[in-house]
Amino acid sequence: MAGSYGSTLRYKNVERIKSIGKHTLLGASGEVSDFQEILRYLDELIIYDNMWDDGNSLGPKEVHNYLTRVMYNRRNKFDPLFNSLVVGGVKNGQKYLGMVGMIGTHYEDNHVATGFGNHLARPLMRAEWHEDMSFEEAVKLLEKCLLVLLYRDRSAINKFQIAKITEEGVTISEPYALKTFWGFLAFQNPTKGAEGSW
Amino acid sequence: MFRNQYDTDVTTWSPAGRLFQVEYAMEAVKQGSAAIGLRSATHIVLATVNKATSELSSHQKKIFKVDDHIGVAIAGLTADGRVLSRYLRNECINHSFVYESPLPISRLVIQLADKAQVCTQRSWKRPYGVGLLVAGLDETGAHLYYNCPSGSYFEFQSIAIGSRSQAAKTYLERRFEGFEKYSREELIKDGLFAIKETLQGEKLTSAICTVAIVGVGEPFHVIDQQTIERVIESLDIGDEDAPPPAVAESAADEPTASQEPGTAPMDI
Repeated sequence: MAGSYGSTLRYKNVERIKSIGKHTLLGASGEVSDFQEILRYLDELIIYDNMWDDGNSLGPKEVHNYLTRVMYNRRNKFDPLFNSLVVGGVKNGQKYLGMVGMIGTHYEDNHVATGFGNHLARPLMRAEWHEDMSFEEAVKLLEKCLLVLLYRDRSAINKFQIAKITEEGVTISEPYALKTFWGFLAFQNPTKGAEGSW
Repeated sequence: MFRNQYDTDVTTWSPAGRLFQVEYAMEAVKQGSAAIGLRSATHIVLATVNKATSELSSHQKKIFKVDDHIGVAIAGLTADGRVLSRYLRNECINHSFVYESPLPISRLVIQLADKAQVCTQRSWKRPYGVGLLVAGLDETGAHLYYNCPSGSYFEFQSIAIGSRSQAAKTYLERRFEGFEKYSREELIKDGLFAIKETLQGEKLTSAICTVAIVGVGEPFHVIDQQTIERVIESLDIGDEDAPPPAVAESAADEPTASQEPGTAPMDI
């Protein structure tokens, strides 16, 4: 949920998940202004797609590939959009989940992450993800990952949103917090093992 | 149509509100050798008559694959048709590159029609002298369109264009109501029968026609000569009027004496 100002976590109300068209969700990390630019590109794309008015529509696969092209082209011009993007959606029963990075690296998988999530969350998801998870199981897994990231990623705050997309439509939750525990003995007297240190 | 004082420029209207140059371009389509198309809910068949200028020469290529899910058959100035096919292929490739997904045919034909329209409104251009039967798939199913030199396009259940196409049209008009439910074999059969109608007495062999098909789960491709020869034989075995619904595998796979199976005069 956070937008940074250099190394300061300045904006704590930024919505980093948006729905694109009828079939896609887009989540971003990195530079917020670049994400807003990407949303403008996608807005135009969806408008032109709707203008054909012909029963065809852009699905998550198309959006993912379009974004890949945009990110890669900007990288080649040495003027990247500083974002890592997660693209997911459902169209005609087909589920899709992919990732695009700021240099145009892109792939599809059953679970994706950006930044620190690749190191902290994906191992958890690799161990616990399986086909045909229920929505509740999936949220539990995600919250487990988010909690680890909250503890370990210094640029995380305790404010999250979970979004869901199905054939029927999109729901993006209101921001909420996870229950944390900081009462570890080791935290009571941090300098206990090293007098004089800070 | 006869020569008049309003037909020199494509940018000149006649007092009756006609653009004669555009109409003359449509005439060029009518002079080309026949092309027909017919579609069912899941497949489209395109067929053309291969007209060669002499026995010594090859025939013009009139069917082009545009993408895995789209193909065209042309009638008229084949050079214009070739150029437009290149354009169509390019548009499909560009779309696939950006979106990793096939360009919906309904959008392609609109782009093609807009391109044709430009040539009806510039004094330094001339209309394309070719009619295209565009067959392909999009999200909403199988489609067959006819794009004319005027820049208009229409969707069809089945259509015949080119010289002596009226005979084929009459045949198709009698039978089109059943096409939606046809199997791909029935489509090919009726397509060949329609081509036979345009030949008006000349013998139908696999060397004198080209047949292509595209459908759900079946990429666009030209059907090989042997298969066509077998279907033609089952046409002859069957009724004069209505081809039998099942394809009868003929015992002797012997085409006309002058041809070997699998070859045509310089089929490039």
